[in-house]
Amino acid sequence: MIAEASALLIGDPQADRMVPPTGFTARLTGFAAGAMAFLAVFALALSLATGRLAERWSDELGRASTIRISAPAEERAAQVEAVLRILEATPGVVSSRAIPMEEAAKLLEPWFGPDLPLDTLPVPQLVEVVEEKSGFDAQGLRLRLSAEVPGAVLDDHTRWRAPLVQAAGRLRFLGVLSILLIAATTAAMITLAAQAALAANAQVIAVLRLVGAQDSYIAKAFVRRFTLRALSGAAVGVLLGMLAVWMLPQAQEDGGFLTGLGLQGWHWLLPLFIPLLGAAVAFVATSAAARRTLRELT
Amino acid sequence: MSYGGGELFGDISLKVQPGSFHFLTGPSGSGKTTFLKLGYGALLPTSGQVRLFGQEVRSLDRDGVALARRRIGVVHQDVKFLDHLSVADNVALPLTVSGRDTADQLANLDELLAWVGLRDRADALPAELSGGERQRAALARAVIMQPEVVLADEPTGNIDWEMSQRLLTLLVELNRMGTTILVATHDLNLIRAAKSHVQARVLRISNRRLQLAGADL
Repeated sequence: MIAEASALLIGDPQADRMVPPTGFTARLTGFAAGAMAFLAVFALALSLATGRLAERWSDELGRASTIRISAPAEERAAQVEAVLRILEATPGVVSSRAIPMEEAAKLLEPWFGPDLPLDTLPVPQLVEVVEEKSGFDAQGLRLRLSAEVPGAVLDDHTRWRAPLVQAAGRLRFLGVLSILLIAATTAAMITLAAQAALAANAQVIAVLRLVGAQDSYIAKAFVRRFTLRALSGAAVGVLLGMLAVWMLPQAQEDGGFLTGLGLQGWHWLLPLFIPLLGAAVAFVATSAAARRTLRELT
Repeated sequence: MSYGGGELFGDISLKVQPGSFHFLTGPSGSGKTTFLKLGYGALLPTSGQVRLFGQEVRSLDRDGVALARRRIGVVHQDVKFLDHLSVADNVALPLTVSGRDTADQLANLDELLAWVGLRDRADALPAELSGGERQRAALARAVIMQPEVVLADEPTGNIDWEMSQRLLTLLVELNRMGTTILVATHDLNLIRAAKSHVQARVLRISNRRLQLAGADL
């Protein structure tokens, strides 16, 4: 396989000349490979971004929980103190703090505006809990809270974190699926183009056979032509795709998921493998098409 | 021997001796071209036996047939070239595809082109050649590998008498150098002209049988 690949790259200039130099199908192959590579860069960026997102949500949300205390104003301070005491004694809890009313007002500001009279509303007191990576025993904590602080309710975010992480995971899967579909579509298009080229060059094949060319020699000339076309087309497509991804807005807190779609760090190296993948797909597809067509051409 | 739907040849047996010169004649549609195609493995018989250099042709795979063809030069009436390559490149094609396009081998190319009278047409494209020039280029291509056998199918079919004579002279010269020649033609004048230069056997395909032609030729 390695020998075949190196022979393919080094090539045989004489053999290359056997196939007529211009051909619509060969140009089409380059264009199709370029367009597919362009799309593959986006699918890859989407897949990587959703992977990052799933990890971040899973990590950040998984490490933060909230305890909501609904109690009359005169009992609130005592209940907060009791909750903090329980949390201090709970294994797996790194830190905990009661969220001040001003901070709570800020959290509610986007929904209710800046002039919210919190002191007149029955807004529950919130306690933020940061846990270790290994987490804590949520069920045990709930039991202790219900026994000692009946007005306190633990929300470990599981209810709404799980569907988000699941959605991100599915998006990542769709990204990978898109790359596979793009590769399969590229293979199908190159197969059709190669078959059309071989059929259009039936006379060339007849002449080559007449003078003693083996089918492997004829196939190699076509396979090399299409593989190199796919490689160069995909390289151009990837460069344009990377440029387009680079021009996307940078990741921002306010922008959320959409502004985080770009590539980050060493992930910028990954699209560079797409032309090689495209060339490999073209090599396999054209080899199969050439074998089949040459077998059919008598 | 049968080919396609029905029996094409019946009770034919021919062994071509090395260095011999044969003409194959017969009316149009008698099977001259098919007979030659069987002789270089372009067609496989559905019954009977064809042996190329002692090997049963049906036992050869495609590569085996390709290797056998390097020992057989073929010239067709309707000769085909690679239109995007020059005459010299087309003539050198058998060397190229067999990986024998070394400097030594290619040095003979110029000599060969001179032999067929196409030295000054070496860089021309096939489409720029006349009918006679195409036939001579085809002959040069057929012999560049120094084949043991040359099969020519109506090689003078599309060219005038003078050019036919020239081509015949080249075939006779080849035969004198030891190459086995088998020419399918319906041109009896060509056969008569050849017999004054070379000892040739004339075979006629008639009524699905192969017969030795009479003294009238």
